[in-house]
Amino acid sequence: MIVLELIACLFVLTGSFFSIVGGIGIVRLPEFYSRLHGGGITDTLGAGLIVIGLMMLGLARWELLTSAKLAIILFFLSVTSPASCHALAKSALVQGLKPELEINTLDSNRKSKV
Amino acid sequence: MLVHGALIVTAVSILITMTLAFVRARLGPTIFDRVLALNMFGTKTVLLICVVGFLPVFDRTDFLDLALLYSLMNFIGMVALLRFSEYGSFRVENRTHEGHGKTGIGGGA
Repeated sequence: MIVLELIACLFVLTGSFFSIVGGIGIVRLPEFYSRLHGGGITDTLGAGLIVIGLMMLGLARWELLTSAKLAIILFFLSVTSPASCHALAKSALVQGLKPELEINTLDSNRKSKV
Repeated sequence: MLVHGALIVTAVSILITMTLAFVRARLGPTIFDRVLALNMFGTKTVLLICVVGFLPVFDRTDFLDLALLYSLMNFIGMVALLRFSEYGSFRVENRTHEGHGKTGIGGGA
């Protein structure tokens, strides 16, 4: 059981690391389609690792119903988050938002602050 | 004890991520940045509810039902908002003359 709890701690801490990385990405990245990448990291990798870690924690406590509920949450998150990211990107393309290919990060951040 | 420390660290880092998403929703230039930040905020709320339910202060894993309901509501609200911003209104347009239905460029938001 203590081994399972240690692995759960590792998963949860790795998930929170990726979550913070995605959060920094959504603030610092220069334009919309690259910010979408930062949001996608937190939605899939961060959420998936944290929920898997909590599932292991529930298994270590022998609470099988908790683990089943967490598995359902993981399934819904992994289905709906990429779908909503895809819908968002498609909606932006249809509305005519072009990806900016040659861009300077400092200039773009200064421009978006104004 | 180690597990409790890891859970507290995770909850604090999820709160930091929610703050960063809120910063982007505040200063996003286009409406899609704001929608992306709100979507991320909702997903982080689901995770925060799950982690807080495991904390020894509460220790109520019944919170997972709320998290499940919140993730579904988040998805539905997201799709509704995107449908509004794609077509310019919530009702379905008459598409007989429009081809593939890609109407409303510049109509939303």
